[in-house]
Amino acid sequence: MIELGHFAAFLALGLSLAQGITGLRGERRLAGLIAVAAFGVMALAFLSIVHAFVTSDFSVALVVNNSHTLKPMVYKIAGAWGNHEGSMALWCIVTLGFGAAAAAFMNTDRPLFEARALGIQGLLATGALAYLLFASSPFLRIDPAPFQGAGLNPLLQDPALAIHPPMLYLGYVGYSFVFALAAAGLVEGRIDRVWAREARIWSLAAFAPLTIGIALGSYWAYYELGWGGWWFWDPVENASLMPWLIGAALLHSITVTEKRDGFAAWTALLAVLSFLFSILGAFLVRSGVLTSVHAFAVDPERGTLLLIGLLVYGGFALGLFAWRAPKLEGGKPWMLISREGALMANNIVLIVAALTVLLGTLFPLIAEAFGRTISVGEPYFNLTFVPILALILILLPIVQAWAWGKADVKGWLRWAAGGAGLVALFVLLGVGPMNIPAGAAFGLALGLWLVFGSLWELKRRAITPGRVFKLPRRVWSMTLAHVGIGLFVIGAVVETTGRYESTLALAQGDTGTVAGWALTLDEVRSIEGPNWYADGALLTARNGSRVTTLEPSKRYYPAARMPTTETAIYKTGAGDLYAALGEQRNVDGQTRWVFRVYFNPLIDLLYAGVVLIGFAALLGLWPASRKVRPAEA
Amino acid sequence: MRARTRRLYTFGIAALLVLAAAILAFFALRENANLFYTPEILAERGMPKPGREVKVGGWVEPGTLSYTDGGATMQFTVIDNSPSTITVKFTGVAPDLFREGQGVVATGSFGPDGQFTARQLLAKHDENYQPRELKPLEAGG
Repeated sequence: MIELGHFAAFLALGLSLAQGITGLRGERRLAGLIAVAAFGVMALAFLSIVHAFVTSDFSVALVVNNSHTLKPMVYKIAGAWGNHEGSMALWCIVTLGFGAAAAAFMNTDRPLFEARALGIQGLLATGALAYLLFASSPFLRIDPAPFQGAGLNPLLQDPALAIHPPMLYLGYVGYSFVFALAAAGLVEGRIDRVWAREARIWSLAAFAPLTIGIALGSYWAYYELGWGGWWFWDPVENASLMPWLIGAALLHSITVTEKRDGFAAWTALLAVLSFLFSILGAFLVRSGVLTSVHAFAVDPERGTLLLIGLLVYGGFALGLFAWRAPKLEGGKPWMLISREGALMANNIVLIVAALTVLLGTLFPLIAEAFGRTISVGEPYFNLTFVPILALILILLPIVQAWAWGKADVKGWLRWAAGGAGLVALFVLLGVGPMNIPAGAAFGLALGLWLVFGSLWELKRRAITPGRVFKLPRRVWSMTLAHVGIGLFVIGAVVETTGRYESTLALAQGDTGTVAGWALTLDEVRSIEGPNWYADGALLTARNGSRVTTLEPSKRYYPAARMPTTETAIYKTGAGDLYAALGEQRNVDGQTRWVFRVYFNPLIDLLYAGVVLIGFAALLGLWPASRKVRPAEA
Repeated sequence: MRARTRRLYTFGIAALLVLAAAILAFFALRENANLFYTPEILAERGMPKPGREVKVGGWVEPGTLSYTDGGATMQFTVIDNSPSTITVKFTGVAPDLFREGQGVVATGSFGPDGQFTARQLLAKHDENYQPRELKPLEAGG
């Protein structure tokens, strides 16, 4: 079976090279057919890997290293991509999948351009497949075959993490086709509204899963690591945040290209960068050059190959850009106070924010080159990334009403007064009667300002409330995404500033109190699972008349010889009551269990906001505008 | 507005923002880049400013682990291949693979008394993982 997959992957390599050649020669139909065939063949190769995992075929080296017969079925399947080789196979199949989807759905009436885009996508797939087959092959046999495998890293045996890599890769690798479109557009010297209409759809198709993938990864870290936090500014998290920020900037810039023919060169540059940052992310995660709590399957040598790939792609694309960008058209004229001006400001801020993240992520490497071992943590990002982004969010509700070309600024004084009033009210309320820090009050005001400002803009565009649901889908998409950011800001600010945490060391029958909840340790018992055994604590939590039980546990996976923390979360409605079980401690001759207990207010609002952004991107992707083409004017 | 003037404004604003971000980043890094100390480095360079966030790392000296605060707070001594030691205090749950005699990296700050209060502890992540800061120690030891 696995040999069949191996053969299929080689076939896919040949086909994607053929896709590259026919595409670049301008044969749209042929390149499209080959793209679909290459995807089909690669799907077969991928299924053969999954099959080896499902049947626990221990003659395959990858299965031996990452699977175990006692593992639940869902993790056997997820184990196929829970490692370096399998995840690279996922990378390949997504690259080819985007090529095949593009072959089927691209619709620009420019056959040569489409053929070239498919061709470049084919070459990107060739590179990925060559890397898969020659540097990280998942198809290798092992002889003699052992009777049992080593098991998947227990931290990865989790539902959120089973679907997190496919989502994240759909996002990362989705940008490969945005890259291909930009390169093809640059070759032609045409980055115009037809190009932008096409590229916008594919940017959304990458942005939506990337957003959801980041949310899943963060949620996993929240409940699996047992540290109570949801974002640690860890290099691996930053590696996914940077393409997201560039992708968000691209979505804003591409609108200008689509509606006004403007920002052409800049949009092309962002389209290229979005994919380059995705590869940079893969390099940072895979190479092990940075310490991370999320990094699995690390290998320095393969990292070097990724770095070479990054330089080749980057050199090619940026060279193309430098050659062609001066020839691109400038678009319609605009004043600084206009929608173009606002979107330009948005772009500058998002890019600068991405650069501060990049600096914070790479600084330990730079310092190490000078012989100092340092790390950069949350305070740095709170001092740079957060205020920079807050700047643009303050302006958002005001400037989104600005017209193209030249905005009428009479109305926005009223807006500014409203916003200032809101902030003043919150800061006064916060510092005064509610006694919360000024920064938190400001953040809360900002979040509400975003939510209501976005909804207000929706109403303004509809003119009468009855027409709200007749507005174009992309207006809804924009509104929901901005409301999502507002909800996220409220959740993030309240969670970060209002979190309670406490450590309790309890003997059986003892009670401790956290955030108004009295927690009683009833017992600690032994539990046995399919491929683990655990100490499970039974806590009764009481707050007034509300009673619930929490059952945090500590699992031990014999196959991997490794323990994991299984937290218990009770959703109170206002936030999560969160308990993690620690080790047994012997204090004054008495056995006590130590617990880390958190109360995380409004954390669900934060995730709801991010999911709403992802959903909004999907909504904008839905092909409604395709049938009715606006007149080219 | 003419294209050239507009471009001038655009670049002006962008340059200002980048400059502001660079200044922010510079000060943020100067204040918040966490230096790493082993007992030996600490003895060489002296104590960092009390309250400033740093990292310390080394091995947990066997037999020094004790609990106070009804069991919620743990205290232990970190050693390396030098005669110096660092006393670390941590309130919370120890990482899964925390053991006496094993490597540990603690993030936190020194008090005026020279005792280190950790905010976070990292131990070996899995059987194959070592915190990067400890690699030179391992090679030397």
